[in-house]
Amino acid sequence: PALGLFLFTIARDPLRIIILIAGAFFWLVSLLLSSLIWFIAVKASDPNDEPLQKGLLIFGVMFSVLLQEAFRFLYYKLLRKAIEGLVALSEDGCSPISIQQMAYVAGVGFGLMSGAFSMINLLADALGPGTVGIYGDSQLYFLTSAFMTMVLIFLHTFWGILFFHGCENRCWWEIVAVVVMHLAVSASSFCNPVYVGSLVPSYVLMAVAATWAYLLSGGSAQNVRRFLLCKS
Amino acid sequence: MTELSAHLPQFQHGQLTENFPDNHLSNTNDNSERRRHDNSERRRNDNPESETNGQPQNNIQQVVEQDDEEDEELTLKYGAKHVIMLFVPVTLCMVVVVATIKSVSFYTRKDGQLIYTPFTEETETVGQRALNSILNAAIMISVIIVMTILLVVLYKYRCYKVIHGWLIISSLLLLFFFSFIYLGEVFKTYNVAMDYITLALMIWNFGVVGMICIHWKGPLRLQQAYLIMISALMALVFIKYLPEWTAWLILAVISVYDLVAVLCPKGPLRMLVETAQERNETLFPALIYSSTMVWLVNMAEEDPEAQRKASKNSTYDKQGSPPQNDDAEADDGGFSQEWQQQRDSRIGPIESTPESRAAVQALPSNSQTSEDPEERGVKLGLGDFIFYSVLVGKASATASGDWNTTLACFVAILIGLCLTLLLLAIFKKALPALPISITFGLVFYFATDNLVQPFMDQLAFHQFYI
Repeated sequence: PALGLFLFTIARDPLRIIILIAGAFFWLVSLLLSSLIWFIAVKASDPNDEPLQKGLLIFGVMFSVLLQEAFRFLYYKLLRKAIEGLVALSEDGCSPISIQQMAYVAGVGFGLMSGAFSMINLLADALGPGTVGIYGDSQLYFLTSAFMTMVLIFLHTFWGILFFHGCENRCWWEIVAVVVMHLAVSASSFCNPVYVGSLVPSYVLMAVAATWAYLLSGGSAQNVRRFLLCKS
Repeated sequence: MTELSAHLPQFQHGQLTENFPDNHLSNTNDNSERRRHDNSERRRNDNPESETNGQPQNNIQQVVEQDDEEDEELTLKYGAKHVIMLFVPVTLCMVVVVATIKSVSFYTRKDGQLIYTPFTEETETVGQRALNSILNAAIMISVIIVMTILLVVLYKYRCYKVIHGWLIISSLLLLFFFSFIYLGEVFKTYNVAMDYITLALMIWNFGVVGMICIHWKGPLRLQQAYLIMISALMALVFIKYLPEWTAWLILAVISVYDLVAVLCPKGPLRMLVETAQERNETLFPALIYSSTMVWLVNMAEEDPEAQRKASKNSTYDKQGSPPQNDDAEADDGGFSQEWQQQRDSRIGPIESTPESRAAVQALPSNSQTSEDPEERGVKLGLGDFIFYSVLVGKASATASGDWNTTLACFVAILIGLCLTLLLLAIFKKALPALPISITFGLVFYFATDNLVQPFMDQLAFHQFYI
């Protein structure tokens, strides 16, 4: 689905592609920094202590979430400056791409990158022999991974919109809400492999974020109805 | 060295007054302070981050400008379109290389080394290995420097025949011999039976069409496709025959060399560029990838161009965004000035002539200015393609993080390319395309491989999500 999003909405416009790649880059940098921190922490601690390692991992995850949001903010700042430049350069005094579009594309960029990093090794392994979880792990590993990744990608997209909107209108609570949501989703993934605990809340949160973002972008229940009834 | 070259239409003589609207260079900065333009001018955005797509320019008319105004207004905007026009081939080349590396094991087997890298890396101690790789890299770089200087000297003394012959021989070798090996390995991997006659026919066709396309005239897309293919082949050769540490060292040193050779006043590539500029000559089509233009080997006359241009000016109307490849072919007549570019091509195990890559920048001729500015593309040297692909290919071949690392390097290189284009539009002269991208790529490769990979492994193991 994320690929479909990409193809239909972004690939047409070269500017959006660039924003997308830059968004992916920012996510990557945040991941890099967070893994650096984690690595240092691991090296500095006892490798045989299992619960400690797990605790460190959790700490790494939280830290990474915070870093991701921080980088989203930085990216927002950069895009703000870019919009000013674009407005200055353009003919009729208004930017060819609005901040909302940028928010959307940036969100997709983040999402794609995080999804890719989560899934791609899995996919490569999936080409191998079909033995999933024969050591007693869950047999649904691949499926749940796929769903979780998809929900994360969508969530990143929506969070992008919400986040930028919050920054634009200085609604701090929106920004805080995004961060909290992200933390919640990551934390819920700690319940794995009890998949109920992680997938369901994530999807619920995604629905919430989706409607919120939709409303923020100017949609309304009427629009949905008209769309569904094929513009009657 | 390969350079990202942009057309700088404004560096033309005074005749081009009418064509001015086509030649606007604009500062691509977010806050473009030097932007002066009339309402009717066409503009192009150059800043990748703050660029418009081609759409808003539909309504711009061409205007006639004074010469001095033109000089002052030199701002070429690189549309986001141009960046994409370069993203696509670079991506394609990298995809081909990665796909081959992943599937055909031939290119990851150690079958020996080139004679340019005589020191082996299978040594007992780490120190010795490091020493050997440094020596290897030093030898390789000195070979490249020697070849570059040789090429510059040949160019300066107008031994064009020699250069042409050299290029033709190396592209012949590449097109026939290397693709033969490549096809053979692919067939072996997929266990496809193929007789020699069919194979000979295919290779012959492929090679001949390639020679025609690259050195003479041909459809733009086909030429681009061939250039991508030979870059990929070259990169595969490098990946196979360069040992580990040597390869990374060479990548690092080459980007430094690129930087030095293009920007220093005494650098060989810069001298090449300036000589080419003085002589108003075309560059060798075999060494450069161009996003929109097809060029003739010989330069066209200027007068007919001027007339053609004059007639065009009166009725010129800017079109929308679709690339004018067809127009480009018709209009091609002539870059008045082009910077030469040399491709760094090492021809595999057989000793051949490695050439250094020179910075190339193409300045469109007067006639170019009458064309739709969107037709003017950017030029990227083939050596850039090759080294980007080498980086990504090595990352996919030898990284423990596998696809993650490959993806990270890929994004890093693309971002480096964006930044280089940005700088190009700001500085408006030939720039080395390697250093920024390769630096990013190397940093990301080593960082991802050593830092991110264990982290992601642990996360995937526990199925945590960040």
